[in-house]
Amino acid sequence: MSKVTTMHDAIHELVCDGDTVAIEGFTHLICFTAGHEIIRQRKRDLTLCRLTPDLIYDQMIAAGVCKKLVFSWAGNPGVGALHAFRRAVEKNIPRPLELEEYSHFGMVARFTAGAARLPFYPLRSYAGSDLPKANPLIRKMQSPYGDEQVFVVPPLRPNVAILHAQRADDNGNTQIWGLTGVQKEAAFASDRVIVVVEELVDESVIHADPNRTIIPGLIVNAVVVEPWGAHPSYVQGYYDRDNPFYVEWDAIAREQDSLNKWLDEWVYGVSGRAEYVEKMRERLEKLRPGDAFAQPINYGKYK
Amino acid sequence: MNYTQNELMIAAAARELQGARVAFVGVGLPNIVCNLAQRSHAPHLELVYEAGVFGAHPARLPLSIGDPTIVTGASAVCSMSDLFQLYLQRGLIDVGFLGAAQIDRFGNVNTTVIGSYENPKVRLPGSGGAAEIAVMCERIFIITRLSKRAFPERVDFITSPGHLEGGTSREKLRVRGRGPEAVITDLCILRFDETTKEMLVASLHPNVTADQVRENIAWDVRFAQPLSETPPPTEEEIRLIREELDPQGLYSR
Repeated sequence: MSKVTTMHDAIHELVCDGDTVAIEGFTHLICFTAGHEIIRQRKRDLTLCRLTPDLIYDQMIAAGVCKKLVFSWAGNPGVGALHAFRRAVEKNIPRPLELEEYSHFGMVARFTAGAARLPFYPLRSYAGSDLPKANPLIRKMQSPYGDEQVFVVPPLRPNVAILHAQRADDNGNTQIWGLTGVQKEAAFASDRVIVVVEELVDESVIHADPNRTIIPGLIVNAVVVEPWGAHPSYVQGYYDRDNPFYVEWDAIAREQDSLNKWLDEWVYGVSGRAEYVEKMRERLEKLRPGDAFAQPINYGKYK
Repeated sequence: MNYTQNELMIAAAARELQGARVAFVGVGLPNIVCNLAQRSHAPHLELVYEAGVFGAHPARLPLSIGDPTIVTGASAVCSMSDLFQLYLQRGLIDVGFLGAAQIDRFGNVNTTVIGSYENPKVRLPGSGGAAEIAVMCERIFIITRLSKRAFPERVDFITSPGHLEGGTSREKLRVRGRGPEAVITDLCILRFDETTKEMLVASLHPNVTADQVRENIAWDVRFAQPLSETPPPTEEEIRLIREELDPQGLYSR
């Protein structure tokens, strides 16, 4: 049975107020279109999880969707601060924001523990750092096999994960190339999974290259097809990162007023990603990369 | 040949990578520093990006630490789980470069908060990979501009441990990484005293006075004896920065 549905329906049915939500993608494949739909549907009191909030959570925090952030680095990569994030933390605008802070490895470890149903995950980070003082969920323990000590973090099990990918079949078997970040860990760690793709393909395409399947349809609830869905983030082979937009965001987000105006025009003012794409068509066309094909490989036919 | 203060800082930092085989590339200035080193004196330097790339060969300078250009043409792309466990924690990285909002007398770095954690005056981005890079890479370099605000006697919060309280205090951590080796700034290069592990001024950049440096550090900083002068960037280093790596001058002007 096909799991293909619209963005509106997927968010409406699978994301509830108060949910813990992970829209992952480490700079690559960040599902901005889902974030915008969550804003449009005025979801509230979400706990948002990402290693780096990036612009997507900066936008969602400013829109009042978020009550808590679980993260490891809250900056605008290569540009500077995330102003909406800072306003929320320093001044409670638009509302107070609770923080639960780790390091990148700590977040990776949390998702892994969640995905593999473990009670904790050990790692050697945090020695000499004040982070465990700031976050009492980062703890230390002794190895059961000797006197070595390691730090541990608890599992992270979101209610819903939303992942962008190059392609999937209508069953939700999802293929990704380029940076895979913690996409698969976030998916396996979550109760519900929404996959958003540039292209829907026939299952024969998936079956012809199974090494590339990162998320099996087994754990996917909904598949949404929205080309350009990751803009201003990028999709390897499809479109470039809109670096100028990341730079422009610094000025847009500096004041709550200018940020609200931007949301009115580009989120509330469009019915969905298709309309956003039409408005941005000229800008988006400039983001198409050249070609860099890999050599085809032969899996071999075995009878 | 004329050069900017930033170009000098970038070239000086790139020179510290001599002899390194595998470097962890951080966001911001470390990005251009590592790419400059790879294109000049360290062509065999393997660039590792925490986003999940080993052996990157970016065709253009990435704005951030995740960019499609670090994937195309790389030796290996892996999940972040593999990157942090099998490459970084396993001990395969020689050099890590950190940026610093604040760095103190013993090289402890703060990228978390100015003020208290509960009620910060300024909320900084946080650790990212810095907390683990600081203890898992064999050698650490920091690159940041010199100012009293950025060089307090003690940081408000230790995100990434340097030499802690100095002396043998870091050894108690029993971690692989030996801690900060040098701090490259826009006015001077600082290194760490072998015994006390206190930061000292090791070389002044051309046309910079000792007083200028003193005015921009919150504690009574010591100067190495003898004190050297930082070599200026070569023509080739400047050409690489201006023509190949950063033609828009985002980092270098």
